[in-house]
Amino acid sequence: MEMKRAERTVMDAQEITRALTRIAHEISERSRGVVHVALVGIRSGGVHLANRLATRLKEIEGATVPVGTLDITLYRDDLHARKEQPVLRKTEIPFDITDLTIILVDDVLFTGRTIRAAMDGLMDFGRPAEIQLAVLVDRGHRQLPIKATYVGKNLPTALEETVEVFLDEMGEPDRVVILS
Amino acid sequence: MSLKRKDLLGIQDLSVEEITLFLDTAESFKEVSVRDIKKVPALRGKTVVNLFFEPSTRTRTSFELAAKRLSADVINFAVSASSVSKGETLLDTARNIEAMQADFIVLRHPMAGAPNILAKLLRASVVNAGDGGHEHPTQALLDLYTLREKKRAFKGLRLAIVGDIAHSRVARSNIYALTKMGAEVRVVGPPTMLPLEVERLGVKAFYHLDDGLRGVDVIMMLRLQLERQGIALFPSIREYSKLYCLTPERMKLAAPDALVMHPGPINRGVEIAPEVADSLSSVILDQVTNGVAVRMAVLYLLSGGK
Repeated sequence: MEMKRAERTVMDAQEITRALTRIAHEISERSRGVVHVALVGIRSGGVHLANRLATRLKEIEGATVPVGTLDITLYRDDLHARKEQPVLRKTEIPFDITDLTIILVDDVLFTGRTIRAAMDGLMDFGRPAEIQLAVLVDRGHRQLPIKATYVGKNLPTALEETVEVFLDEMGEPDRVVILS
Repeated sequence: MSLKRKDLLGIQDLSVEEITLFLDTAESFKEVSVRDIKKVPALRGKTVVNLFFEPSTRTRTSFELAAKRLSADVINFAVSASSVSKGETLLDTARNIEAMQADFIVLRHPMAGAPNILAKLLRASVVNAGDGGHEHPTQALLDLYTLREKKRAFKGLRLAIVGDIAHSRVARSNIYALTKMGAEVRVVGPPTMLPLEVERLGVKAFYHLDDGLRGVDVIMMLRLQLERQGIALFPSIREYSKLYCLTPERMKLAAPDALVMHPGPINRGVEIAPEVADSLSSVILDQVTNGVAVRMAVLYLLSGGK
């Protein structure tokens, strides 16, 4: 039987909105307009965030930033260690990433292994000029030398805690919670 | 859901959910085949052995490409070149292959049930690539995938499978698969080519092609196995072709948007007229393309089921 875990909200809808707006501004500042920029959301949490960032960037810069989605399942480093295969979803990057600045978008940055897999996956589509990383939450505990370019919130956590991001698009009101 | 099996031996014992999982997973793999770099690292370091006791180019190549696009290493064993011709039994051959740490054995064998025996005795995953007149599950899965891609849903879809139903593992696997998914299946052929009591499989039998084609959404032609001529199932190829060749005139009996499928290789002018094989209704080459994606999905999903 699974124990009921204590749930603590660490970001509400308004804070998520503010964080994304700030990240969008940072992106537009850093890339001086968004001409050679594309967003790639990592399935599943990163996809909705990438779409939201694209909407913000459209408002700020008036430019449409291409958005792709990446399923990293086939690039996982624990694929053979798992008991059953994770469900595979589609990767859709309908543009040539070569020579673009690609901003990977994910909800939570934790060990860094997902991002390693995402970079490997991305490289199979072409040679981007630069890869940056935007995350809503950085919860620490990195196991690889990976650092986010844009962070919504730095969240100190214990290793055994779980961080979950819920979004309207998933049918849950926007919030970030820690389960302990 | 995830797949909880080590082997793919046939369609008969698959659930609708498992079939759907294979098709959904194949959809993700289809994208890999249109990339510039057609390779993902999912099966890196795994070994796939293609063990073929019957000649096959298409199926073997398709499995080989599927395994290579998943970064697995592939070995091809062709029967004439191996020690089988020196009298080794199937089981000994397979045990030797497993002793070399193969993770998958893709088996084509003239005897029905051969993959089932290997599956029971080996640790490696066994994929049935056609066993006698029994099953050819990956062919049925790729046919289903192609159908779903073109027609969206299986429920209420009317299909006619035409040809030597009795000796066709493709027909058998497809009958199991399509009836499970809710399609309405007809089988069409001369009495010598329809199994006795075939309707117990949940299909309707027709002896005349024109009757069988009326109003169908999909026509699945089977290859007339010219090498089986000796069995005397029909008087002459000419007569067979006159009665059972899918011609442009006969196509008019089917629904206006009917699809034509064929597992290949096609005998032009025997079971299918060239004008039909090359027409816009024909999805024969889509089947080949989808075969690679479906076999990638099979290898990927089985690798998790051990």
